[in-house]
Amino acid sequence: MIPKLPIGDLVADLVDWIEFNLGWLLDIITAGFKTVLNGFADILMIIPPLIFIPILAILVYLVSHRNLRLALLSIAGLLLIWNLQLWDLSMMTLALVIASTFIALLIGVPLGILASGNDTFDAVIRVLLDFMQTMPPFVYLIPAVIFFSLGNVPGMIATVIFAMPPAIRLTNLGIRQIPTELIEVADAFGATPRQKLLKVQLPGALPTIMTGVNQCIMLALSMAVIASMIGAAGLGYQVLVGIQRVNIAMGFEAGLAIVILAIILDRVTQSVVR
Amino acid sequence: MDFEEEPEVIIKVNQLFKIFGNDPKRGVEHLRAGRTKQEIFEKTSLIVGLDDVSFEVMKGETFVLMGLSGCGKSTLLRSLNRLIHPTAGEIIIGGRDIVGMNDDEIREFRRDNIGMVFQNFALLPHRSILDNVAFGLEIQGMPLAERHEKSRAALELVGLSGYETSMPDQLSGGMKQRVGLARALAGDAEILLMDEAFSALDPLIRRDMQDELIDLQERLNKTVIFVTHDLDEALKIGNRIALMMDGKIIQVGTAEEILMNPENEYVERFVADVDMTKVLTAKDIMMKADPVIYCKSGPHHAARLMKEFGISSLFVVSQHRILRGIVMLEDVVEAVKHDKKTLEETTIQDIPFVQLDTPISEIIPVIADSRYPLPVLDEDARLKGMIMRSSVLLALARKEPETNDS
Repeated sequence: MIPKLPIGDLVADLVDWIEFNLGWLLDIITAGFKTVLNGFADILMIIPPLIFIPILAILVYLVSHRNLRLALLSIAGLLLIWNLQLWDLSMMTLALVIASTFIALLIGVPLGILASGNDTFDAVIRVLLDFMQTMPPFVYLIPAVIFFSLGNVPGMIATVIFAMPPAIRLTNLGIRQIPTELIEVADAFGATPRQKLLKVQLPGALPTIMTGVNQCIMLALSMAVIASMIGAAGLGYQVLVGIQRVNIAMGFEAGLAIVILAIILDRVTQSVVR
Repeated sequence: MDFEEEPEVIIKVNQLFKIFGNDPKRGVEHLRAGRTKQEIFEKTSLIVGLDDVSFEVMKGETFVLMGLSGCGKSTLLRSLNRLIHPTAGEIIIGGRDIVGMNDDEIREFRRDNIGMVFQNFALLPHRSILDNVAFGLEIQGMPLAERHEKSRAALELVGLSGYETSMPDQLSGGMKQRVGLARALAGDAEILLMDEAFSALDPLIRRDMQDELIDLQERLNKTVIFVTHDLDEALKIGNRIALMMDGKIIQVGTAEEILMNPENEYVERFVADVDMTKVLTAKDIMMKADPVIYCKSGPHHAARLMKEFGISSLFVVSQHRILRGIVMLEDVVEAVKHDKKTLEETTIQDIPFVQLDTPISEIIPVIADSRYPLPVLDEDARLKGMIMRSSVLLALARKEPETNDS
């Protein structure tokens, strides 16, 4: 009989090695993530709900090309969350989602641009993305915990990794889908690669990239909930406690708040595209 | 004919090759060794795009590259601004070989010298019409106010003033291509590359655009390289036409030269369906209108000229050969009998005439209704030649007509 291959042990060794030798890098990442998260969290939490809700409604109204129904729906949903006394938790979750999406886009969009211009890089990253997207989301929690222990930062790390693939894929796709003639226009009029990217490729790919942003946000929201298992704060934690105590009321209310957030985020990002 | 300036060569293409595939230089050697496109593809899987192409384009002319799809015309056009990099040979434009330029040089060259119009318009969908037209100028780094001003002027040139703030998807196909044309013109480039520019338009709009291009050319006098697979279009707008097949230029010449003397069977088949009455114009079939008689001369002089040349009518002209009318033999004889001093009473005025560029299709009804030879005039009513019924028939029989070679 063939002995069991020691894949698990090898990965464990690798993790040990990283922890021991790259501790400084992990610290830097932790500090960076914390800063971004706290920034968004502070802004969202410091504003009282009665001021926040109308501001958000106006914002929704404007970015959605004056969709009054969507604005009213957002007001109703947020008032319900406030009424259920889940405001602070919801803002925490929102901060996690926004911060994670922000970082995922910050890394994902440039990688997508790179992949669109380089077939070798595209082939490599495609395999990696397939791997990342088929891996069950819970698995991301393990290295996150090992490297960053418990709390919001490992939650964010897992969320960023989970939410990034669509940003890369759709940026890449959006740029590659631009008709050859438009690329020729840029070249024929003497555009530099940078001008071509900024004036032709990115604007042309924007609708597709925005679809990527939408998916990125939705994935971030689902992962931000799961990440409560490793100590990420917010509505997810409330659901988790509800499960542990078999408290249906508590779990359902938190779940409802997540659904409301999801609907608002989804509708807003989708209507930006159109 | 008028005295013409010695034309200046603006583009000179010398033994240009383009091979697609790995290690394309091999393909050039195979071609030089006399192997065919097909043989090379079977042996090396290299694809021959251009095979030893040489030609010259004169400043201010409309030069048409024509052939069936896959003949290499688009490849050749794209070589001229190096959207496609030739494998071997040289392209001299304005005294510089663009094949050897590095990336920065070619960018600079494209910005300053060449405008391009695309088959499917290729407008940037996220930009207003004005900003689309301004695209090339923006790339050059021109400040906003200046480039908008120039773009407005270019839009006016193509008859699209008032659409500045529209978006591309609000415009019809013909209007989109006007925008494409305006974009190419905005930068004041000397050379205009047009790739099947009107092929995506429906026939009526297409004809309008062809007329418009001819019109614009008269005012702007750019050097236009126009790719098309449509012979009628080529004949209509081209000063000279290059017929291509299998990456080679088979024949270069004016519409008449190609129609009258097809180089080989391929060209002959290509031009077989052309309606000659629309292609050939008065200047192609007219004969010399000599002798003529000056309007102050007397009937005796007219009678002697008619006798000497054995003709029965004479055109009467004033200074600079401006046409006054025609005198017929029987009237002249009558005038001589009555000892008239001038031809004034004898001259038949208001006779039908045609212009130099009137096509045969329009000449036929005129000449059928007229008892006289048909005078051919230029814009200033000067007599340039004349057309007899026989000259029309000769032209339609595709024989080389007598031409005016003065």
